[in-house]
Amino acid sequence: MTAYDLCFAIVGLLSAASGLLAVTTKHLTHAALWLVVCLGSLAGCYLVLGAELVALVQVLVYVGAVVVLVLFAMMVTRAPIGRSTEHDTSLTQRAAAVVVAASTAVLVGAVLVSLFSGPARRIDVAGTHALATELFGTWVWPFELLSLLLLIAVVTALALTRLRSEAPEDDR
Amino acid sequence: MTVTEVVLRCLIVLVGFLVLPLLIGQTEHKLMAHMQGRLGPMYAGGFHGWAQLVADGVKFVQKEDVVPSAADKPVFRFAPALALASYLMALAVVPLGPVTWGANVPGSLVWVLAVGGIGTLGTLMAGWSSGNKYSLLGGLRAAAQLISYELPLILSCASFAMAAGSLSLVAIGHAWTPWWLIWQLPGALVFLVAATAELQRPPFDMPVADSELVFGPYTEYTGLRFAFFLLAEYAGIVVMSLLLAVLWLGGWTGPFDHQIGVLWTLLKGFGIALVILWMRMSWPRLREDQLQRIAWLWLVPLALLQIAITAAGVVLMSR
Repeated sequence: MTAYDLCFAIVGLLSAASGLLAVTTKHLTHAALWLVVCLGSLAGCYLVLGAELVALVQVLVYVGAVVVLVLFAMMVTRAPIGRSTEHDTSLTQRAAAVVVAASTAVLVGAVLVSLFSGPARRIDVAGTHALATELFGTWVWPFELLSLLLLIAVVTALALTRLRSEAPEDDR
Repeated sequence: MTVTEVVLRCLIVLVGFLVLPLLIGQTEHKLMAHMQGRLGPMYAGGFHGWAQLVADGVKFVQKEDVVPSAADKPVFRFAPALALASYLMALAVVPLGPVTWGANVPGSLVWVLAVGGIGTLGTLMAGWSSGNKYSLLGGLRAAAQLISYELPLILSCASFAMAAGSLSLVAIGHAWTPWWLIWQLPGALVFLVAATAELQRPPFDMPVADSELVFGPYTEYTGLRFAFFLLAEYAGIVVMSLLLAVLWLGGWTGPFDHQIGVLWTLLKGFGIALVILWMRMSWPRLREDQLQRIAWLWLVPLALLQIAITAAGVVLMSR
């Protein structure tokens, strides 16, 4: 067991534990803050695996922008301090969630183990240039499709707000 | 790199992190005073009140550390540490010279932007956890401001990285030529405005607007934790000024740069910090809608234009 394995185990455990806390905590805003820890330790996983740029972009996009947006939305709507039970789900829903999560985990785990069960190899080419070549060469079409999807989402969101504001406003 | 060298570099970064923000703070005291026809602090330490901020620090340490009973206590206590630590981590990778840095990582530019974003999370946590409506409103304004200004900041940094062909700050400093002063001018202006807004310095200080929100997210803080937020603000000025000095003004490049390169970086960074301080004394606070308008209607298009100019320049020069 090398130091890399140990580091990876630590950040992996941290990520799994904070992910669990994020979905089980009764404090609404704490869930978002545990999500920060979870995404941050996931960036740690990438870092241990040698994908430095991916790790930094993970922190930049998810911790710096997405979670800030989530916190903003919670502050605008409702973010009570202390435990809140009004958004709790029923027991059946929780059981269904556990079943779905467990089966997804087993499925992904089985696929990964069957694909990569051979002896571990160290790949030392995960530099920024190699990543850029892959992303804008091999994977350029999925990449562009994703940006098109995001563009459609933005335009749709704008259209929805515009449509709503055209409705008569003095019916309150 | 040996263990001794690592420890030494960490210590130097820590000392710089504790001294440079105080230097900026004292400069602000004196500069603002003289621009307003006053003398500023004159007593602490004797010579022109040089020890005023040390005295302030001693005062903050003596004050009682109050946690409001309505607050979310763990988050409330942890928020200042997060705000402070992020700028410490950012300062560690900003190079002062070709070999003078705390840590040299291949993606140091992305690193600075990423950990800078974590620091703003500390402000949000402070605003939410205080259990105070002024704090919550301040936190809301801070979040809205950060979301809008993060984009032009990253876009302008991307332009510098494209021009140098690298994400490493040391490599960007080596790739710099005087031609960048004109070529990258729009990007530098966008960076300066977006960085000032990111640091919530006047005229972009709506989150802490004292006449509307008491002191925004920091209203409930006292003593050392409050001082940590202030220190984080000035450390942020140091980080952003040195970053722009390396990106746009060529960092350590200058006459005799083999001997005094570090001094050049510090001098250029200090000049940019002076501009950031000067903005506070010259302009009144913007309104919230004006702030959003500037970000989305001016800074983002300007940054995109700069990226197009940079791309054209890179392609033409590589022919």
